[in-house]
Amino acid sequence: MRKKEKVIEIILAAAAGITILTTIGIIWVLLSESVGFFSHVSVWDFLTDTQWTPLFADKHYGIMPLFSGTLLTTLIAIALALPVGLTVAVYLSEYAPRSFRAVIKPLLEILAAIPTVVYGYFALTVVTPFLQKIYPDLAGFNALSAGIVMGIMIIPLISSMSEDALYAVPKSLREASYGMGATRFQTAFKVLVPSASSGIIVSVILAISRAVGETMIVAIAAGQQPRLTFDPTVPIETITTYIVQVSMGDVARGTPEYQTIFAAGLTLFVFTLILNNISIRIKRRFQQKYE
Amino acid sequence: MNSATKNRIIDRAFKWFGIACTLFGLVMLGIFLADIVGEGIGRIDWDFLSDGPSRKAEKAGILPALAGTLWVLGLTAIIAIPLGISAGIYLEEYGKKNRLASIIEVNIANLAGVPSIIYGLLGLEIFGRIMGMGGSLLAGSSTLALLILPIIIVATREAIKAVPRTIREASFGLGASKWQTIRMQVLPAASGGIVTGVILALSRAIGETAPLIVVGALAFIDSVPTSPGDDFTVLPIQIFNWVSRPQKAFLVNAAAGIVVLLAVTFVMNGIALYLRQRWQKKVKW
Repeated sequence: MRKKEKVIEIILAAAAGITILTTIGIIWVLLSESVGFFSHVSVWDFLTDTQWTPLFADKHYGIMPLFSGTLLTTLIAIALALPVGLTVAVYLSEYAPRSFRAVIKPLLEILAAIPTVVYGYFALTVVTPFLQKIYPDLAGFNALSAGIVMGIMIIPLISSMSEDALYAVPKSLREASYGMGATRFQTAFKVLVPSASSGIIVSVILAISRAVGETMIVAIAAGQQPRLTFDPTVPIETITTYIVQVSMGDVARGTPEYQTIFAAGLTLFVFTLILNNISIRIKRRFQQKYE
Repeated sequence: MNSATKNRIIDRAFKWFGIACTLFGLVMLGIFLADIVGEGIGRIDWDFLSDGPSRKAEKAGILPALAGTLWVLGLTAIIAIPLGISAGIYLEEYGKKNRLASIIEVNIANLAGVPSIIYGLLGLEIFGRIMGMGGSLLAGSSTLALLILPIIIVATREAIKAVPRTIREASFGLGASKWQTIRMQVLPAASGGIVTGVILALSRAIGETAPLIVVGALAFIDSVPTSPGDDFTVLPIQIFNWVSRPQKAFLVNAAAGIVVLLAVTFVMNGIALYLRQRWQKKVKW
């Protein structure tokens, strides 16, 4: 009986251990292939060269154009999703009638359940043609449309986590503010949002990390042309899109071209790891504050 | 105008702005679904569902992709469900205070934030190359299983956490061992939450495109896979392939494929939502 209990515990622990193996596996795969890559290309060139053309005859391996593409689409997405998402959070938690909120929240969450390839179709066939009516010089593939659609996708991420943070602010603060004669708007933005700021920041960091790693929307709607620019109207390429582009082609294993996707992946991984760790840290501090 | 009136006007204005922002997302969702259904629904017929890919848009169908998606759904479930639930039980019931468990916990929070395409690189090397699975169904499903593992673990832990201590204590009081208590009391009581989490995780898996492309799923497969070792494609990759072509007729195919994919996704999410509500109503501690 005792023995059986122990065996079961070990089996369960082993299952939990798979998650550690996953992390080790990811780091090992990215590092071991990147080592091969960096024996051909110096780290300095990788970080400072302004061109990324590993698939052409004249090869350049500068990550900057891919990084700027990733940054650009992410910035556009956050510029849309942060104000809209935060407004929705404040509205739903402080203004909306309970019954309205109960209907709206699950509906908004549908936005997060739609596969990203579907958003890519939407960006390419609906949003880009619409934007071209307003601004005719917009290219068929561009960062603007991909960024906007990505923003729509992450609105529920920001709104629902921020709303939870606002909800967790103690009632007494709210009542004190109303007692002083403040309006709901003043209470929300002068008392509640500052008190819930760490939770809101966590939601935004997670949204950024999601946007940085997003692949299919940009692969479909933003084009596949690495370009060091912050012009949102021309085709660009993100780190994720490049990995997909190479995976779709037939690049031989072991070549520097093949290894580029791991170097690109490593860059992406390090970036999101930093973002996630900041958010985990803020979240811990935030939990302590209210317990 | 005194400041009190001004504040009241700002307050009122923000209320309408809030309503507008809330509706913005929903209106987009509405436009979007209407557009997709309008474009694609006319294309869906028996031939579309039962034909393979073709160079001619009007002859192309989704059968191999749909079959691939169902295969991936099944295999991913077989791999991820036992692992995820076991890990969740361990972290919640056994590993409360030890160091390993707290390392695993931070690790899971980190894994949940790793972009899905990185899992693709992991699957390409570990499952595809080192374990020799190549671009097979098994390699793709194993990759997706690792991807959704954190979601299942977190859902399992939440569901187990909601089971009150008294139930455990009553079971121990009757002389049951720890595992007997978990198996006979805790798991049945937590099953509603666990099942909901599992379905949501699986619905995420069937919408994934990028990791499977990286692992080596192909865009052009003209037969239905018959074993886990076969090459495969899935609906999202088929849609991506069609969207990437310049001809309008292929975009119509993509829209029709999306209608089918969304139908599957929404049905799964609907079932999860229904189970959650039923479970919340039934269980009152």
